[in-house]
Amino acid sequence: MLVPMPAQAAAPSQLVLVVGAEELLVDRAVARIVAAKRAVDPETETRDLTPGNFNPGTFAELVSPSLFGESRVVVVRSAQDLAADDVAMLTSVLDGLAEEITLVVVHLGGVKGKALLTAVEKAGAARVDVAKVTKPTERIAFLREEFKAARRQITEEAARALLDAVGNELRELAAAASQLIADTTDDARTPIDETVVAKYYSGRAEVSGFTVADLAVDGRTAQALEQLRWALATGTAPVLITSALAAGVRSVARVASAPRGARPADLARELGMPPWKIDKVRQQVRGWTPDGIGTALLAVAEADAAVKGGGDDPAYALERCVVTVCQARGQGTGARG
Amino acid sequence: MSDGSGVSGVSRRTAGAPAFEPYGVWTDLVGQDHISTDLVQAALGNGMTHAWLLTGPPGSGRSTAARAFAAALQCTTANEPGCGHCLGCRTVLDGVHPDVLQLATDQLSIGVADTRDLVRRSSMTPSSGRWQVLLIEDADRLTEAAGNVLLKAVEEPSSRTVWILCAPGRDDMLPTIRSRCRHLLLRTPPSTAVAEILVRRDGVDPIRAREAARAAQGHIGRAKRLATDDEARAKRSEVLALPSSLTDMGSALSAAQKLVDATISEAKRAAEERNVTETADLRLAMGYQEGSRKAVPGAAGALKDLETRQKKRATRMQRDALDLALVDLAAFYRDVLAVQLGAIGGAGGDVTEPIHDDQYAAVRKIAAAGTPEATLRRIEAVLECRKAVERSVAPLLAVEAMAVRLR
Repeated sequence: MLVPMPAQAAAPSQLVLVVGAEELLVDRAVARIVAAKRAVDPETETRDLTPGNFNPGTFAELVSPSLFGESRVVVVRSAQDLAADDVAMLTSVLDGLAEEITLVVVHLGGVKGKALLTAVEKAGAARVDVAKVTKPTERIAFLREEFKAARRQITEEAARALLDAVGNELRELAAAASQLIADTTDDARTPIDETVVAKYYSGRAEVSGFTVADLAVDGRTAQALEQLRWALATGTAPVLITSALAAGVRSVARVASAPRGARPADLARELGMPPWKIDKVRQQVRGWTPDGIGTALLAVAEADAAVKGGGDDPAYALERCVVTVCQARGQGTGARG
Repeated sequence: MSDGSGVSGVSRRTAGAPAFEPYGVWTDLVGQDHISTDLVQAALGNGMTHAWLLTGPPGSGRSTAARAFAAALQCTTANEPGCGHCLGCRTVLDGVHPDVLQLATDQLSIGVADTRDLVRRSSMTPSSGRWQVLLIEDADRLTEAAGNVLLKAVEEPSSRTVWILCAPGRDDMLPTIRSRCRHLLLRTPPSTAVAEILVRRDGVDPIRAREAARAAQGHIGRAKRLATDDEARAKRSEVLALPSSLTDMGSALSAAQKLVDATISEAKRAAEERNVTETADLRLAMGYQEGSRKAVPGAAGALKDLETRQKKRATRMQRDALDLALVDLAAFYRDVLAVQLGAIGGAGGDVTEPIHDDQYAAVRKIAAAGTPEATLRRIEAVLECRKAVERSVAPLLAVEAMAVRLR
């Protein structure tokens, strides 16, 4: 279950630098190097070193030539956190590694420990950069790659559903993908679609307070309550939900009380919000009256006190608050959302 | 012990005894002659006991009284405890007397670890003075666990150990602790007495002193700041402008934002000065030198600890600043209520004095625009906001909710 990788992995070099923060992908890159070595010599031994157990003596022993010339891969993890003395030890062996030794240096890639990074690169290391996966679209692309590597297909919607259900942790996504592939080997030819995903995974792994707040400010009571339950069930802190609700109601209040004809860019500067948010909030403002905003703010403040120890049941306080906020929208206008 | 009949304003001593004339360390204790008398007597051996609880409203001089008492206990002048000029008195007031341990916190609570230190110290014999004095200035900030640690030591201290605890009210202390202490209640000092000490001690102009004393509602430290610090006066006027600026939802919310921002910046200004010197001192002590990053082992950890402490202190300072602003606001509406009910400027003459004399025009305007019932509801809103802030509700949210209700 390997993601197709850049070509340099094909010809294993003796000194490899793996740069990146995505743990799963780093592990895979390291595993690929080890596998390449094992293909040549099945007896290849691997040793993992972390800043915690990095001992200059042991390290010197590990990278020195052995009597019978057994092949060995030495992996130095989190090299950016190594102490200064250890870094000196590491750089001193970069030139003149024994033939049977492969040294893999794993580095986070930031400013920390930059000197080591350049030193290893200068010594002629093959550099493997691990992709950063932060945006939802990148995660979906990652999922699709996973399926492609197993010669399977997944639709975009199905990948999105899987992402919703499993969460953002790459390792868990990869595990879910391989499980899904194993579960559906019977009809390997049809692409995996939403119904298949829904059969094995349902619900949502991560709901932020902002999702709840947006729905509540839009007056969509049922959906807001549903998402609130998901958020609480998956461990979102109640405090974060009240602060998101407060932020939601507050931004509506500010945009509502701003002059109507103002340009979004001017408003953005004045209210300290990004312009795209102004547009979004302007949509939400419809249906809110000053009295409604007042009611909503009071409800949120009450809920905030309740979740911080003032009440017996944070979940109840939040539900009550969400219902009040939803009802406050349209208060005094007769319109309902 | 004295007879214990305590009608304020009447001497509690036997008839014919002269009224207490403040001297030495007692001159800084304003309008609390009944307390001074009891404490002087205790230091002379009449009614001395091993644990004292001093309560009174903020700014009434609890810690001043406690320090004066500690000085009196260590005083070496015969028959005039707390003379203010002997070595004992001076070292206590400077905070360097070896047998007086003062614990004050600038954080939100006093934990078990600090308290254990105190308990250990309480079992020691005084090294030079007559008493081993342990003084906790914010005893109300003891956590429940810390209170329990203290319990045993307060109950049965060594024969020459004295505990002095200060708190705003009796109810702030664990019942088990307060039942083991002799309790003295400080009153809110009358504003004339506060004004008088501002004039005498700080050389403030009498008219300004009277105004500041009234605005501070008996809080001596606050009165001094209002009388001498122009920035504090400006901040207060800004806070008191809030009621007049509440016209609609938008203005209410921006007023709330402004109030919270002002308290944050005020707390920051006060904190930063201290943080910078503290950090510099610690760096020096840890062996950091100009331009070098080498220091003794553990220096980075110690600096980090200091930073955490400073952060906690900043939270407390911000809350205190906000609380002060809210008290001012509540007093403003109290003035409004007094005008509405005819207690100020009514047909029958002034029954009471306005707290915020300088805001009289704004007070009258708001009084004319509303009913006493509405004013009572507003006072309620301000007081509930104080409670909410104390319960860690996000300050901005709490103040916004208040502003909405004040509209």
